[in-house]
This record gives sequence, C-alpha cells and structure tokens, in this order.
Amino acid sequence: MSLRAPLAPSASMFALLAFHLVIGIAIVAAGQQLGRGGFAVAATAPLAAVIWAITQAGGVLDGKPVTESFSWVGGLGISLDLRLDAFALAMVALVSGIGFLICIYALAYFKPHDPSTPVKSNVGRLAGMMTVFAGAMLGVVLSDHLIALFIAWELTSITSYLLIGNDDTSPRARAAALQAILITGMGGLVLLVGLNIVGQAAGTYRLSEIIENVPTTGSSTALNAGLICVLIGAFTKSAQAPFSSWLPGAMVAPTPVSAYLHSATMVKAGVYLVARMAPMFATQGNWRVVLLTVGSATMLIGGLRALRQHDLKLLLAYGTVSQLGFMMLLFGTGDDHIAQAGVVLLLAHGAFKAALFMVVGIVDHEVGTRDVRRLGGFGKGWRLTLVAGVVGAASMAGLPPLFGFISKEKALDGYIEHGDFVGSTVVLTVIVVASILTFAYSARFVLGLLGVFADPDFEASCVDDVDSQRAQAPSLLFVGPALFLTVFTVAVGLAPVIVNRLVETATMALHPEAKPKPVHLWSGFNTAFVLSLAVIGTGTALTVFRSRVAAGLSVASKAMRLVPSSEQSFNFLLRGVGVAARRVTGVLQNGSLPIYVAIIMMTATGVPLIAFAQEWTGFGDVIETPVHVALVAMIISAALGASIVRRRIAAALMLGAVGYAMAGLYVVQGAPDLALTQFAIETLSTVLFVLVLRYLPSTWTHRAPALAAPMRIGVSVFVGVSVFVFALVASGGRSRSARRSSPRSWSKIRTPRARVRMSSTSFSSTSAGGTRWVKSPSYWSPRPVR
Amino acid sequence: MTAPVGAPQRSMILDQSIKVLYHSILVLALYFEFAGHNLPGGGFVGGLIAGAAVSLRYASGGAEAVRTTFRAPSHVILGFGLFLSSATALVPVMLGGAVLEHASYEMNLPIFGTVKVVSALPFDAGVFLVVVGLVLMAFAAFGDDRVANETDDEAAQ
Repeated sequence: MSLRAPLAPSASMFALLAFHLVIGIAIVAAGQQLGRGGFAVAATAPLAAVIWAITQAGGVLDGKPVTESFSWVGGLGISLDLRLDAFALAMVALVSGIGFLICIYALAYFKPHDPSTPVKSNVGRLAGMMTVFAGAMLGVVLSDHLIALFIAWELTSITSYLLIGNDDTSPRARAAALQAILITGMGGLVLLVGLNIVGQAAGTYRLSEIIENVPTTGSSTALNAGLICVLIGAFTKSAQAPFSSWLPGAMVAPTPVSAYLHSATMVKAGVYLVARMAPMFATQGNWRVVLLTVGSATMLIGGLRALRQHDLKLLLAYGTVSQLGFMMLLFGTGDDHIAQAGVVLLLAHGAFKAALFMVVGIVDHEVGTRDVRRLGGFGKGWRLTLVAGVVGAASMAGLPPLFGFISKEKALDGYIEHGDFVGSTVVLTVIVVASILTFAYSARFVLGLLGVFADPDFEASCVDDVDSQRAQAPSLLFVGPALFLTVFTVAVGLAPVIVNRLVETATMALHPEAKPKPVHLWSGFNTAFVLSLAVIGTGTALTVFRSRVAAGLSVASKAMRLVPSSEQSFNFLLRGVGVAARRVTGVLQNGSLPIYVAIIMMTATGVPLIAFAQEWTGFGDVIETPVHVALVAMIISAALGASIVRRRIAAALMLGAVGYAMAGLYVVQGAPDLALTQFAIETLSTVLFVLVLRYLPSTWTHRAPALAAPMRIGVSVFVGVSVFVFALVASGGRSRSARRSSPRSWSKIRTPRARVRMSSTSFSSTSAGGTRWVKSPSYWSPRPVR
Repeated sequence: MTAPVGAPQRSMILDQSIKVLYHSILVLALYFEFAGHNLPGGGFVGGLIAGAAVSLRYASGGAEAVRTTFRAPSHVILGFGLFLSSATALVPVMLGGAVLEHASYEMNLPIFGTVKVVSALPFDAGVFLVVVGLVLMAFAAFGDDRVANETDDEAAQ
C-alpha cells in the first residue's frame, strides 16, 4: 500500500476522463437535435467508467492502486497524477454507478406527458453538462496531485452552476446558480491557498506521498492556517454551516440534477477531501475543533430544518445537509474505525438519497406538486414507487435490516469504542440527537408521501388543480433506477459481506495502518445497539406527537429569526460587497486624470518600496567619474525645468533632455545596448509628444484648486524617492548575479528572454533611473518550485 | 513622395537630405536587427530606428508621406509582427523545450565569413514589425495637419 505502483503502461484513466469530456461537449453541441435522447448518449460515459472500474477492481482491492501520470507544467512541478486506490474506487462506484442510473431515470423524467408538446431545447444541454460534470467529479476522486484535484474541483463547481441555472429564463434558477457558484467559488479560492500551504509544508503535492511523509511541524502557524483554508473549501462544497444556504437553493434544478449533484456526488467532494486529509492532519492545529464544531452544528441545523419542510425535495435537501455534517464527523476525526463508518455511510447515503430524490421526482413529474399538503395518496400502479420511497426513508432513518442501519450502528460503535479525543462524548450526543431528528424527518417524508398531511384547505387555496389519486402511474423505466437502489439497500443490509471488502480496503487506503473490523448486520447486544433502539424509540415518539413538536419548532424558529440565517447573511454580504465596491470606485475612479496618475504611480512605486527598503544597504559609490556629475546635473536641471516651464512643448523637450542624459549615463556605465534603446525611444517619443501636443492648448491653464500643487509635489517627491531607493537597492543586488560581465564590455551574450525584459523596462526608465538590474539573468529565468 | 494639397511650404534642403538619409537609416535599422544577438541592437532598437526614419518622412511630406511609406496597412504590419513573435516563442514548446528557448547555428558564408544564425531572429523580426506598425499607427492617429478627419482615415484604409 505504501509503495507507489510503477507507472501503468496504459493511459486508461486519462482516456476515461477525456471520454466524458468529449461525449459531454458533443451532446451540448447537438443538444437541439438530441433532446432528452441526449441522456441515452450520456449514459455511455458513466457506464464505461463502471465497466473500467470493475476490470480494475481486483487489483485495487488487493491493495495495488492503479496510477497514471502526465507531466503538465514541468517547470512548476505540476503534473496530472491519477491514482485509483480502494477509496477512490468506492467514490467511482458512487459517481459513475449513480450517474448511470440517473441518466436512465432522466430519460423518463424528461418525457413530456403530452407527446405533441415540443421538448425543451435545453434538455440536451443538461445531459451534456451532466456528463462533463461526471468527468470532473471522477477527476476529483482520481487526482493524486493537489493542483489537479483543485482544477477538477473547480470544474465541478462550474458545471454545477450551469446545471442549476440551466433554465435560463427563470430568475429563481439564475439566482440560485449564482449563489451556489459564489459560495463554492469563494471556497475554492480559499482551498487553493490551503492546498498550496499544505503542499509546501509537506514538500510534495501528491496525496499518496504526503501520507508517507506527514509534515511534523505540527505547531507551525502556516500549516495550521493552510489546514483551516482546506477545511473552509471543503465546508463550502459540502454545504456545511454557515455555508449551507446554497444547497437548498440548488433544488430549483431539475430533479435528476439534484439527485446526482446535490445529494449523491458533488456535495461529497468536500467530505472526500476531508477524508483524504484527516488521517494526516486531524491531530494538528485546530483541525479537530473546527471540524467537529462545524459538523455537529450542520448535522443538527439540517435535521431541525428538514423537520419543518412541506416540500418533499426541500426536506431531502436539508436532510442531505444534515447527513453531510454526519459524514464530516465520521471522516474528520482521523480515527480509522470511525472513518470506516464514514465509508459505510458514504455508500449507504448515496444509495438511499438518490433513490429518495428519484421518488420525489416521479411524484413531481406525474402529480405536478411536491407539497405534502397536496398529496392525498396514490392510485394503482404506484406501489413500486412507494416501496422505493419507504425503504429509502427507512434506510435513512437507520432501521434494520437496511444499509443505513449498518452505517449508523458502525458510526455509534466507532465513537463509543474509539472516541478517545477531546469532545468525543459531546459529538456522540450530537450524533444521537441528530439521528433522532433524522428518524423524525424520515418518518415525515414517509407520512407525507402516503398522504397523511393532505390538507383540503391548502389545496383549495392553490390555483392549479392536482390530484394525486388519479395521477398517471410511472413507467417501469422511470421507477427502475430507484428500485435498483432499493434492492441494493436491502441486499447490503441483509448481507453486508457484499461491500465488506470494498469498505475494508477503502479504509486501509485512507489509513494505511488501519485494521478494520468487518461490518455485520448484527454485531451483538452492545451500547451502539441500545443507542440505536433509543433513537428509534424517541424518533417514533416525536413522530406520534408531531403536532406538538411542530408547534414547539415554530415557536423556536420565531425566536431564531432574531439570529440572521445563512441565507440572510449571504445576501447581506453580497449587498455589502456591492456597496463597498461602489464607494471605492467613487473615490478611486472619479474621472480626474491627475488623480488616476497619482494613484497608479503611488501604488506602482509604493508597494515595491516596502520590499526594497528592507534590502537598503546605504549609498554605494555614487560618483565614479566626473562625467557622472555633468550628466546628473543635466538630468536634474532638465527635470526641474520641465516642471517649471509654462509651455507644454518646452516641457516635452525638457523630458526628452532627461532621457538623452540618461542614455549618456548608460554609455558611461558600459551598457551600450541600453543606451541605444533609450536613445531611440527618447527620439521617437519626443516626436510623438510633439504630434499630440498640437491638439492641446500650448500652455497650462492654472485654475487648479489650492491644494493641488502641494499634493502634486508630494506625489512627485514620493515617487522620486521610491525610484531612487529602488535604483540603489537594485544596483546593489547586482553583486549577487551569477553572470557578471565587466562594466566596459561592449559585447554581451544575451538570451531573447533578457532582451524582452530589457525592452519592457526601457519604457519605464525614460524619465526615471533604470539601471542594469534588468540584465541579471537569474531575475527572469523561471525557477521550479521544487 | 507627393505633397498633400495645401501643404505648407517645404524646404528643399530638408527634402533632399531626407531622400538620402531615409534609406540609409532603414539599412542601419536592419543592421541593428541582425546584429542584435552578440552586439548592441535587436528587433526593438531596429524597429525604433526605422520609426525614426518614418518620422523624418513625416517632417518633409506630412501625414500623406507616412501613409504611403509601406503598402501594407499599419495594423497588418503590427499584427503580423505580433503573430511572428508569439509563434517563434511557442515553437520550442512544441519541440519539447521551454517558452522562448532558442538555438543557434554557425556557418561560413563566402563574403560575410562566419555567420551565426539564431532561431531568435524571427522573434526579433516580429518585434521590429510591431514597433514599426505602432509608429505608423501613431502617425496615422495624430499626424494629420488639421484635427483628424474621420472620412479621410477611412479612405486611407
């Protein structure tokens, strides 16, 4: 496990990712013609991934990861390293397995009720973007290099944005998409900072190498800050508090998208990253405190809010938020037994949550509403759909003998037996309480689906007319994918041995030293089982007395309104940024040319000044030959003259004189090439100056406000001093140059690089002293990071 | 070098000396362009000197003289130079090297003796053209004797 496998001769992983990309773009291009048929084409990509994963599974499960590498930006040490270990395999199964089912499901979902209505043209685009997304998500879980992972990560954010906002005529969809990309994009930037710090601290950007060589500088502030940044990135992606508001908003997307991206796969990217990082870094810095606090808060808040939803899809969305918090609590501790529970939950959640979303989509599609108050039971032919919904919800609630029960048992057991860190008891309590809430909202989902909450008064207040009793029963193609997942949930629940090997090796991929215990349906009459019973009992009580619970929750939520919700904070922040930007623009870009020049000059010289002042070593031999005195006297007098004369043309000529004297200085210092350039530039710019000046009045109008002159003088002096310091420090830095030619040498061997550099600096040195620092080759040549 | 209608009085001495100087300066510019590898010079300086020659033409013949200097429009010259430079910069990448990496070959020519040919030469030529194109555009924009006339500009193109 610890040894890196030799480079595979094939490039099958790259081919797989490229296949997703090509198929996706092709479908987007042909979206108009394909329509919903695009999903049939799209299904080939995840199917190929699944088949490929099965062919690789044997070796990977024996602990021999598949690796492929492609040098990308060699100079910066960035390469595209792909690596399929057992944990990645579990994620691939999730991403591509569910992806394939979703494509089949979407075929039926986008079938119009009335065949004569035209298919919306953007359905094809949706199918294409989903394929691209599936490829990006595979990239996240297969990347071994942090930078490659980051790029795939951002690609999932972008495709998610396009998928949420696919219905571009809906303002709600656009707003939700914008919110999602702002939050995850912001998190992505923070993540990039964090990954770089971690990569630098570890000395390598490869995950498989970091785990062998964990940075031991545990107390380092930089590493701690980097880890917090990584966590923030993971939190935004996985909709943890306080960044969770985008996920419920994303539910405006069509249900296949929600089921795929916003429950089963993409939101698990953050969890995935935490799972990868925790074994190495969980004990360092503030990782555990931050992660356990955020995860606990998310799990509780999500559960509480799910309990108050009338929209089945929103209920599931908040349930997803809660479960993601749960996964964070399991993966983030750095303990291998608890992480094993995380792997089980990851798979179980993927199976039941995707099935539940599919059921909601079926209801929405056939009945026309997802509101529990308008669902009053279903007619014949709906039995399979309802079974899928009930079994999925039971798995979510943690009822035996289902997959969800096993994951919850394992989690409780992990925390009871191996929770030996600070706060583990509190977290265990949180998990139990949140599990009770999970049970309650799962029950609410089932009751709502069965029509218990039907409300004739509410129905009467609605404009459109829906009747779930007479709704057309879904086709077998429509229910099939959900049924498949239901069968899987039950089968694994009864015979956990199906996933046992995958779970164990995936845990060992995360924790090389782990000795995972096999998962069982019945692991004895232990504390975890008692807690499970307590959860089920209390949850049932909450469900039975649901009207009182609802009243209590509504009082509590009124009290909670005093505290701004994450939605409100997001809008507040967004408005704040807008206001601040307007104010800054109003001050800095007020339309006055002198102010613009002043700001640009002050920034361009002031910022480097801070760095250069630290290198200040005092004055060197300023005057080397008498010629210096004459030339400098000419420069100074011409510069003073330029600022005093009243006619514009005279000032332009004076500036030209400054430039020519500067060229003379270059000659004296033995830089004929610079002198030549300077001379030519000066000539030409003076000619152009004269041309332009014909369009301006010949003298300045002196109507400037009283403060203007002192301000101009102040800015000029500041810029002058900065450039002076810069010139001195830079010429001092020359001594460190590796290639130093004699000052009088007329011939220089230069590379094109140095020349480009020189030309660009010559422009800026027209009126202010550019010295020979430009010729230091080491200044320009790129240095590799490592 | 025809005089624009209504041009101010022209100095004959200036006209004649510029006729001599103009082509000499262009040769000098080309010399700098080729000498740039081992000696002072290069595409940038060469371009600037060619630009100076163009400005001499302006001094004698006005904007019209500049406009008729080269057959190709100034933006084409600039764009071609830019393309040439960036293409030269990227060729090494395709051959597996770094951006802007260059190679050189030495050869013996009958008259010139040992000549070093550098693959950076097209790059410098591109820079040369960019600078010349830029100078031409500056004269086109600001060089008209009266305040720039839109229809004239369009007709020129």
